[in-house]
Amino acid sequence: MARVWVFGDDISTDAIIPGRYLAKREPRELAKHAMEGAAPEFARKVRGGDIIIAGKNFGCGSSREHAPIALKAAGISAVVAESFARIFYRNAINQGLPVLTCAGVSKRFSRGDRVGVDFKKGVVRNLTTGETFKAEPLPRFVLAIIRAGGLLQYLKKHRTFLK
Amino acid sequence: MGMTIAEKILARASGKKHVAPGEIVEAGIDVAMVNDITAPLTVDALRGLGVKKVWDPKRVVVVFDHQAPATSIEAARDHVELRKFVAEQRIPNFYDVNEGICHEVLPERGFALPGRLIVGADSHTCTYGALGCFATGIGSTDMAAVLATGGLWFRVPESVKISVEGRLKQRVASKDLILRIIGDVGADGATYRSVEFAGKGMRGISVAGRMTVCNMGVEMGAKAAIVPPDELTKRWLAGRARGSYKPVHSDRDAAYAEELSYDAARLEPQVACPHSVDKVGAVREVDGVEVDQAFLGSCTNGRLEDLIDAAKILKGKRVSKRVRMLVVPASREVYLEALSRGVLKTFVEAGVLVESPSCAACMGGHIGILAPGEICISSSNRNFRGRQGSPEAEIYLASPATVAASALKGKITDPRDV
Repeated sequence: MARVWVFGDDISTDAIIPGRYLAKREPRELAKHAMEGAAPEFARKVRGGDIIIAGKNFGCGSSREHAPIALKAAGISAVVAESFARIFYRNAINQGLPVLTCAGVSKRFSRGDRVGVDFKKGVVRNLTTGETFKAEPLPRFVLAIIRAGGLLQYLKKHRTFLK
Repeated sequence: MGMTIAEKILARASGKKHVAPGEIVEAGIDVAMVNDITAPLTVDALRGLGVKKVWDPKRVVVVFDHQAPATSIEAARDHVELRKFVAEQRIPNFYDVNEGICHEVLPERGFALPGRLIVGADSHTCTYGALGCFATGIGSTDMAAVLATGGLWFRVPESVKISVEGRLKQRVASKDLILRIIGDVGADGATYRSVEFAGKGMRGISVAGRMTVCNMGVEMGAKAAIVPPDELTKRWLAGRARGSYKPVHSDRDAAYAEELSYDAARLEPQVACPHSVDKVGAVREVDGVEVDQAFLGSCTNGRLEDLIDAAKILKGKRVSKRVRMLVVPASREVYLEALSRGVLKTFVEAGVLVESPSCAACMGGHIGILAPGEICISSSNRNFRGRQGSPEAEIYLASPATVAASALKGKITDPRDV
């Protein structure tokens, strides 16, 4: 059972991993500064398996793939948001970090609530309040990329994108 | 059913006669760009894939700009490793720390041509759409896939048409236009979409101004921003274009998900307030907010005409004692031209710091980092919390003229008032 962190709208990649850390590329180093711009205590308090619940336009801004790398290395097991910025969304999938679009979710969770997510069916449950939300299920080839652990691992196996 | 420019370019690049929004295509890439922030992860991923050779070194462009010259030991290490990579792969199009910002260098050196499909591992790659190509930002792993195979999958985006009529008034710039549009559309209002900027008003805006507009397409979530190529495009590209090109235009019966129109003549100077690009209002509404730093530069507004706009306001004057003003030309070409025209002299005489071409303060990594509580007026593209240093600092985005007028007065000032 995963715990949640709750964030609002327009969480930028500058909040997820500020520009001054981008010369670091070891995932563990990046994880030390994950979400520093939005919640300075995040890196200290995050636990493996935690899930981020957020509002609209999560990951807006830069194309820096350091953002999903930092979140994944910090232990985040999925991001569920009302909507995602395009490049972050794709980067997260390529890094094997599950991202799920789910309308109405951000106002119905509080920090520390327990959550259950079924990616295939596209169901998000707030286990603390008992509420259930319908998310957009992930397309099959996206699920396959995430299951492989990211695009690199996927490409090693398949050598092409769409098959 | 006809196609938009974006659809036509994606159809051509994926070997299809026709594509429609929502369709997933695998397209061949004409040009791929990486910079010193995104290239290290790309190279790691490429090695992880076991790829020894990039698919076509001539189509790859490498630019050092985000941490140029090296801003830390780690950045210096990245530069050393990347120079080695460039040499090993025999990539001819390599622009080291002395050339400028990727989004200025690629158009200047003729890589961004009408009809091309360009990807860059940088979100502001959409800038090149000003020259009639489909250009979009991607991450480092996607870029590794491109460098390995020459192709990438795309979801064909819906297109939005923004028609601009009328002429911008004195001291009102293309930056004010795009800020107003983002304020209306919202920071995620064009997510996954391709935005076409058309109309007579758009044709009256210089190529540099078009780049400013397209540059900020991503700030409303757009995948690409495109200005239909015209005579001005052709003239600008003369002597620059690498290879031939065929301008692509939208069909008359092309379908748009949404159509908006703007009258440039009715626009006044705009500003995006902290901490969101879509918190946009007239400069007059925040007139008088005291500023600590003024930044003129970046891939949004570091071009020659931007520098000239600001220099006209500062000529023979000195910036306010309470303000540090930084000017960072977007490229060596801009730097040199501004130098020979005396524009840089005007700045230095006005007490401005002129730095060498790079992303500079826009990256928040070096040159003009903000302290908690400080306020910056900036010609760049993002005012996110923490973007230029402390998360407790505040950034206002505005045109070069507004930045200069505000530096002069020490507070946010409408450039028509100086």
